[in-house]
Amino acid sequence: MNGAGIIKGMIETARNLAGSYHDKERLTTVQYPEETLPPVENARTIPFLVYDGGDAAAGLRCTACTICEKECPPQCIYIVKDMAKKPDYLGKMQLHPKVFDIDIAVCMSCGICVEVCPFDAIKMDQVFELSTDDRFGGLLWGIKQLAKPNEYFQKLHRTEASEIDARREQDRRKTQAAAAAKAAVPAPAANLPPPANKGAAA
Amino acid sequence: MMASHSLTAAEEAAGGQQLLEVSMGPQHPSTHGVFRMDVTLDGETVVRLKPVFGYLHRNHEKIAEKCSYLGSIPYTDRLDYICSLTNNWAYALTVEKLAGLAAPERAEYIRVILAELTRLINHSCLAGFLLQDMGAAGTPLMYAFREREKILDLFESLTGARMMCDYMRFGGCRCDLPPGWIEQARSVAAHYPAFLDEFEALLTDNEIVRARTEGVGVLGAQLAVNAGITGPMLRASGVNYDIRKVDKYGVYGRFDFRVPLGERGDTFDRYMIRILEMRESLKILQQALRDIPEGPIMDPKARLRNLRPKPGEAYARIEGPKGELGFYVISDGGSNPYRYRIRPPSLINLTILEDLCLGQTIADAVVILGSVDIVLGEVDR
Repeated sequence: MNGAGIIKGMIETARNLAGSYHDKERLTTVQYPEETLPPVENARTIPFLVYDGGDAAAGLRCTACTICEKECPPQCIYIVKDMAKKPDYLGKMQLHPKVFDIDIAVCMSCGICVEVCPFDAIKMDQVFELSTDDRFGGLLWGIKQLAKPNEYFQKLHRTEASEIDARREQDRRKTQAAAAAKAAVPAPAANLPPPANKGAAA
Repeated sequence: MMASHSLTAAEEAAGGQQLLEVSMGPQHPSTHGVFRMDVTLDGETVVRLKPVFGYLHRNHEKIAEKCSYLGSIPYTDRLDYICSLTNNWAYALTVEKLAGLAAPERAEYIRVILAELTRLINHSCLAGFLLQDMGAAGTPLMYAFREREKILDLFESLTGARMMCDYMRFGGCRCDLPPGWIEQARSVAAHYPAFLDEFEALLTDNEIVRARTEGVGVLGAQLAVNAGITGPMLRASGVNYDIRKVDKYGVYGRFDFRVPLGERGDTFDRYMIRILEMRESLKILQQALRDIPEGPIMDPKARLRNLRPKPGEAYARIEGPKGELGFYVISDGGSNPYRYRIRPPSLINLTILEDLCLGQTIADAVVILGSVDIVLGEVDR
């Protein structure tokens, strides 16, 4: 009870104070609105819909299967199917969403929709400055706000997007090869293009 | 600090003294969330204390019974929101028991690493909050949060989120470690002892900390066992009970670590136990980061969607940073649990708050509550 412990503690705080001026290790924060840290690759906030090509309406990967709508724990996804089918990247006829709404005020950023999606159509965004004074319309996002091009996905999650692109390219080649083989039955198999892993290099 | 007297409400009433009722909370900054203590005071001495909680009740158990098994995992993150990964683990372990799944070895190691990192976060934060409650405004808490940020960076680069990790799955983990993660984790584990030394230099020998904590809120071993107290709070009272040692769930049987025990069961012991446990956690971390094998991270039998375990029931528990965290799930063969129940360590450790506070001053009641280590998300569910 002689105050030595308090003095020891004060020396520690003084070291930290002085250290914060020259030691990067001790200075761990940045001044937020002026400076932001780049998000890490795995970071996730709210979902977005991926589309291929230049046109969001035509290239949407979503096939309105409603798996994500069923699995979403807080039930923040609302889908209405468009019964007019459109061909997907393999040329197969698929349904499309007429309405795809996500109430981002309800979404809890768990990423389960991404995990269960069999079409790689929904992925996690990294936007976070979403505050608005319009509680209802401003936080209920439709296809218009949710659809983002594949290049955007590539920019956010490079590793995952490259893997998916490679797989899709391979599938497309396989389908083409199968179609070609069907069209020209007598043609020798050696002429078929090999299912090369081209997308991975991109 | 004045020596404590053991006075009961009846004695006070018999003495004809006027008692004062104070409602502390639910917005009081020292109640660790929306928690209220109805304290009856004689002068400054606590003669009666009634904990009031439920302000943060979110119907978690009922929601989980309406949700698929998978859909409950993000909700478990929000129980004890400082330790989302251990919550995930306890729930995943229960459903694995129910559905007959087993996580591969690599996944088990990842789980141990994440659980021990979570324990570091929880105990650092607890020490910081405890000091905040004593009036050391900010400094220890900010030091603890500075170290916590480094661990949260690890969580973010692995799971995508800093607090609501939603990472463990039935039969394994959601994704593998990104490149360079192990090295980063090793570096965090290597730098942590320096922080603990610094933290201890700041606090452990500090006369004010000693005066405010020694002999305050003494919890006897017998009461602790009878009340079902678990975790660091039980061990601070000298009872050697650590589920990591008792059950050896996961791969905990392979690690060499000790279980620190307190002697007096006072607030200082509860603080010190946490510091010592962090040092043991670092030992486990170093061994796990050294031995982690390559391999798959998911049980091949595991399916993400449409999990329908056979009818039956399962209870699994882990040594969470706050105590025994258990989940009890009954399946009727459907796609959602028939009954889903959580054994929350925060709530059960809170039940003896009155016994600890009787006869102490109101300022000590704040410190005692801080040393119990509650998170209201878990108390109220």
